[in-house]
Amino acid sequence: MPDGPAPPGKADRDSAAEPTPPPSAPSGVPAEAQGAGRFAAYLPSIKVTAASILLALVIGALLIVVSDRRVVESFGYFFSYPWDALRNSGAAIAESYTALVTGSVGSWSAITATLERAAPLICGGLAVALAFRCGLFNIGAQGQLVIGAICAAYVGFHYDLPPVVHVIAALLAGLAGGAVWGGIVGLLKARTGAHEVITTIMLNYIALSILTWLLTKEAFQQPGSNNPRSEKVADTATFPELFGVHSGIVLAVAAALGVWWLLERSTVGFEMRAVGANPDASRTAGMSVANVYTIAMVVAGLLAGLAGTQQVLGHEDSLTANFGGTIGFDAITVALLGRATPLGTVLAGLLFGALSVGGTAMQASAATPLALTQVLQALIVLFVAAPALVRGVFRMRSARDGGTVLASGWNS
Amino acid sequence: MELVSTATTVAEPVVRDPEDAKRRTKVGLLLLLVSGLLFYFWTSIDNAEVSYLLGDRTAGAEPGTLPARPVTLGCAVVVLVIALAVASGVLRRGVGNVLAMIVAGFAFILGFIVWAYSDQEAAFQAVITNPLPGTFAIATPLILGALAGCLCERAGVINVAIEGQFLAGAFFASVVASLTYSAGAGLLGGIAAGVGIAAMLALFAIRYLVNQVVLGVVLVVFASGLTAFLLDQVPDDPAVKQYLNDPPTLNDIAIPVLSDIPVIGEAMFNQTILVYLMYASVAVVTFIMFETRWGLRVRAVGEHPKAADTVGINVKRTRWQAVLFGGVFAGLGGAYFTIGSTGSFDKGASSGNGFIALAAVIMGRWHPIWATLAALFFGFVSSLQDQLKLVSKIPSELLTMTPYIATVVAVAGFVGRVRPPAADGEPYVPS
Repeated sequence: MPDGPAPPGKADRDSAAEPTPPPSAPSGVPAEAQGAGRFAAYLPSIKVTAASILLALVIGALLIVVSDRRVVESFGYFFSYPWDALRNSGAAIAESYTALVTGSVGSWSAITATLERAAPLICGGLAVALAFRCGLFNIGAQGQLVIGAICAAYVGFHYDLPPVVHVIAALLAGLAGGAVWGGIVGLLKARTGAHEVITTIMLNYIALSILTWLLTKEAFQQPGSNNPRSEKVADTATFPELFGVHSGIVLAVAAALGVWWLLERSTVGFEMRAVGANPDASRTAGMSVANVYTIAMVVAGLLAGLAGTQQVLGHEDSLTANFGGTIGFDAITVALLGRATPLGTVLAGLLFGALSVGGTAMQASAATPLALTQVLQALIVLFVAAPALVRGVFRMRSARDGGTVLASGWNS
Repeated sequence: MELVSTATTVAEPVVRDPEDAKRRTKVGLLLLLVSGLLFYFWTSIDNAEVSYLLGDRTAGAEPGTLPARPVTLGCAVVVLVIALAVASGVLRRGVGNVLAMIVAGFAFILGFIVWAYSDQEAAFQAVITNPLPGTFAIATPLILGALAGCLCERAGVINVAIEGQFLAGAFFASVVASLTYSAGAGLLGGIAAGVGIAAMLALFAIRYLVNQVVLGVVLVVFASGLTAFLLDQVPDDPAVKQYLNDPPTLNDIAIPVLSDIPVIGEAMFNQTILVYLMYASVAVVTFIMFETRWGLRVRAVGEHPKAADTVGINVKRTRWQAVLFGGVFAGLGGAYFTIGSTGSFDKGASSGNGFIALAAVIMGRWHPIWATLAALFFGFVSSLQDQLKLVSKIPSELLTMTPYIATVVAVAGFVGRVRPPAADGEPYVPS
């Protein structure tokens, strides 16, 4: 259900009275786009998202309290002197969350770090979101970005090109690498029906082994060194800086705009959404489902490849075995939180980028484990996806809101 | 083959199915390629013999020897014959075809192994060993996870969260086993954690109607974050750590007669209780799913919940039961990563195996037996890959990817399009 506002995940009693559209029909125009007050129509989902973040922070606060030794000790004599435990808990929570906020948006350097962390998350998120809208579950952003980064880095350090040309060449190589890796999945699905969940998982591992293998090769290693670390990308091939941020973030926003245009304004995008909503109906309508799957995965791979180039052509300028971290996997949660829309993905990417950067600061200054931010991320997405729960907790008036708007099953 | 012969004797015009012709050329070409590769192996081998050892290395068995060149040549010829048979249309779909494919597969593996072990330069001559113990070691958690996936998805609840169940199961198995000094109690801890994640899955999928793919991914992130967070709370001080994350591991139990069977005995019947539980689980899940009233209900609820509701089956309750029951197996699978093998829990202990179990579920077409076979296939290739790392013929970094490539080839070439349970992933909203 790519963009119908009322998928079967409809929880509210009062909205059940309304005529439900057939569950798998590609409903054309979203309700919020008809008529005036677009913002007002978005309001319920904004409220739910804010409430979800709040709820997640509350649970996170509990974990902080548990993880702070001083607090745990003072709870030992809670009944004789409760104020101590409460004050210590308050202090621990305040300290951690202050570190989280100042570490992510507290200063210009923190903001640039957040933006740079967010850029690959946004691109990867777009890769997952686009595939989702086409009814494909792309777990393979990780592999696609690894291959993209390998190609981009190789062009970046091996060739000697004039400044502007070099960065463009490296960027294009990265995009092409990702597109090929994504395209394999699409082609296999279109030709043989191989399920994309299996192939993307396997291709992730294959990409990782290719990376570790290449890092043992002299062509990739830094001269005179045996470390599994590639040569540094030439300065001519790195993204130029704007106000202390590398311009990859501009590319990420441009990519989001491009995906929006592709999905909402182009024929191919319409076909993708139609296939995502109901492949059988699309086939009957004369679309080539196989071609649409292939195109969607090529474009998704391209976007993930862009995420990979941001890792190597941005600040982290040489390849290592784990340069990608878990970006490809985090990208899935980003796409899901963004409800598989370009704007949502950008916002979600920024939020998770901030959480990730702030989490590191929190670990450094407040000694709260970094893993807490992972729990927070999971809880936020979980609560956003379960609006009925959040409204129940906050006693909100239930509104017309369909929960997440994604393909619901494996069926394809 | 019988069909073909009757058609020709009656002398009816044989209708040539273009799909069939296409398949014949494809499979035939693939086999020709394999056979060519084997012929290349044959020409490239210099020394005459490789040694192999199928029994237990410690039992003092003498390794046998195999003439390398004749074996690879034989394998090449076998594959070539099968390739020609497929291409000429002698072999059609059916049992004969499947058997021929299995023979071709074994011939390829045998030829490949013999080639890989021949011409070793190192003074130490590596011996081909039995890949079965490794196969079971790798496949056990995969199979248990795949059973959980099958149960959930047959009931119509997509389970992407197997990895999360593994992580939680591994962590709590370790903690409980450390606290009680008992690996057996650790198993219970693992089960409880697996069921706990399953309960979250069921709660949000069935009660709050959350999109189940989203939910699964989120639960994986949640479980990996939570276990990493809790692990950070365990102090490094060994005096405290031994009570929290330093569990005893399960002992191998040899089953009297069965463990003496030559090649497979040691691998299958001298294992931990967890492996025996795995055998039992496969049988139990298959039996329950296909032979009992409850199993029929589970499958009905996963295929057509409305119809099931109409005949009086409580859809939500059945789904809850199936998801929680699946959690038991996923938790056991998770326990394998701590008390079943290495002991203490590490961050990301299951290292993506939950996703491979998910792939096994899909590859096995949501059927417990086929999913088990898929997991065993993956385990076999992985364990082969582990062995071949000892031999320097192929860079080990490239070998690492062979199980994954093999899975892709198997899925793309032989499994093809799969059909999930009709209502998989769709929440049931009675109207």
